[in-house]
Amino acid sequence: MLITLVVSAFLIWVMPMLIATYTLTVLVIYGMLGLSLGLIWGFGGILCFGQAAFFGLGAYTYAIAAVNIGESTVPMVLAVLVPAIFAALLGAMMFYGRLTDVYLGVITLVVTLILFKFVNSSAGPQFVIGKARMGGFNGIPGFQTLNVPGNPDAYVWGDPYFYVCAVALVIVFLLVTCLLRSSFGRIAIGIRENETRMALMGYDVAVRKTILFAIGAAIAGLAGALFANWAEIVTPGLFSLGQSAEIIIWCIVGGLGTRFGPILGAAGLAYLKFVLGQQSMIDNTLITGLILVMFVLFLPKGLVPAVAALWRISFGRTRRKPQRTGRRRARHG
Amino acid sequence: MDLGFVIFIEMLYAVASLVLISAGLAVVFGMMKVINLAHGEFMMLGGYATITAVGLGVNVFVAMLVIAPLIVGLIGLIVERLVIRHLYGRLVDTMLATWGLSLVFIGLATMIFGNTTTGISTPIPGFTVGNYQINGYNFFIIVVAIVLVIAMLAVLKGTRAGLIARGTMQRADMAAALGYSPDRIYMATFFCGAALSGLAGAVLAPLVGLVPTSGGAYIAKAFITVIAGGPSLIAGLISSATSFGLVSQIFTFTISPVIGEVALLVAAVILLRLMPQGITGRFFKGKL
Repeated sequence: MLITLVVSAFLIWVMPMLIATYTLTVLVIYGMLGLSLGLIWGFGGILCFGQAAFFGLGAYTYAIAAVNIGESTVPMVLAVLVPAIFAALLGAMMFYGRLTDVYLGVITLVVTLILFKFVNSSAGPQFVIGKARMGGFNGIPGFQTLNVPGNPDAYVWGDPYFYVCAVALVIVFLLVTCLLRSSFGRIAIGIRENETRMALMGYDVAVRKTILFAIGAAIAGLAGALFANWAEIVTPGLFSLGQSAEIIIWCIVGGLGTRFGPILGAAGLAYLKFVLGQQSMIDNTLITGLILVMFVLFLPKGLVPAVAALWRISFGRTRRKPQRTGRRRARHG
Repeated sequence: MDLGFVIFIEMLYAVASLVLISAGLAVVFGMMKVINLAHGEFMMLGGYATITAVGLGVNVFVAMLVIAPLIVGLIGLIVERLVIRHLYGRLVDTMLATWGLSLVFIGLATMIFGNTTTGISTPIPGFTVGNYQINGYNFFIIVVAIVLVIAMLAVLKGTRAGLIARGTMQRADMAAALGYSPDRIYMATFFCGAALSGLAGAVLAPLVGLVPTSGGAYIAKAFITVIAGGPSLIAGLISSATSFGLVSQIFTFTISPVIGEVALLVAAVILLRLMPQGITGRFFKGKL
């Protein structure tokens, strides 16, 4: 916990000297989004093809609420709650129906598509929520961005906004750590490893999966709200399949079953995309695709576990298990 | 009367196009348990193959029905040898790898053909029924879908190759013990699946403007249709294509096309919630 704080404080201090804070902010937000899927997929075993749905839902909730309220504190809270409740309902429907892997994937994918199609076709004047027009393909621009709570004119933007996002990420990261160390987290990992066994031990698998799913959606919703503040516009593209695909790729590349992996994967790949976007020789999508294929084929565990294993092989001699004595005893016995 | 006929044809067309879109994926998933998320891109490549061939002066029907399936089948073969054969039996990994492949194909197509919409005109003229205009090409698609289903049935049930393929899909170890190489059979099956995707993409190409990302429009529908169909290959394909086609068309005619699309998706969610093993997991059990 202390190490996390020190390292993150150091990174927050150093990184703005290397990369412009405007870019860094979005990397941090993507890191949070990656963490949200990393939590439910890596630790809960729930492969969600529609994490972008919660991201988009968070962003749209924030935008619509901000237009109506004209202040940012309540919209931020709503942007976390609405995706969480939506995910809880969706998750309850799926997990009490005992849907697993592929079927789960299809349903989350389909829900994302429904949201995308709906939001995309909401251009007409009849699609109004309070004072906010949905705007269809063009999205919702010009809403109130983040301000100091209670003071709608004190906008938080630029460098301070980066620090807000970074601190938010650190807090979310620590909360996730606490969650995973609690009994709830351990049982979630147990469910990932063997669902039947956990059910036989008397744990209610469906309700635990639903709660974990909702927590993941809440984090994604927060990331969405932060993204809405950064971009200052929300568009249906947030719900797109491409966005969902990217989140999954981040998790695979960074490493499933780690907390840090998805954040690293998200920030790293998003930065790579940003750098590659400045040249036009090779198509961006091509490289993303190649990276995904290569990782699935050669490094299916992802970067962070691979580096950790390498570290253990090279420097882990002091902590070698007392295997030899055990084996000898077994032989003599 | 005329309206009834038009609606009937439209419904038939919706079902037929769903069958076409999903056939390639159904073969690959239903027989090999590989979820090919690059399926939509195979279709997109089939479309580009057709357009390129027509541009080179080939007859449009030859391009659609022969050249496109062959080219896409060959691409599928290369992909299977390079990537997919290492991942058999790992459902989620194949899904992710083929997703990566789909992005690669989108990138390649963008670099080769550019990010602009291309297309060819429909080779069959439309005609009128009473006060209504019907696109003659819709009939062609219905016919192709029917022929395709019959051909698949005939090959799988009637030929020795089909028998061996079905046997391998059920018990690969047993087929290997009897002297057939599962590796080769998987390869051939994947070739057929890719060729079917290419055919579908080619046949549908004249109806849509083609962009490198147009595969994305198909993959979700195909994925849903195949999964909802369940374990039986052809019975599942037909039953789920029929139910989704009808639902989407009914809502399209009564409310609007967007609602029709959404209704299809909602129907899929409800169907999977009620029948998690797909339609043929409950009905038509054991049929092909």
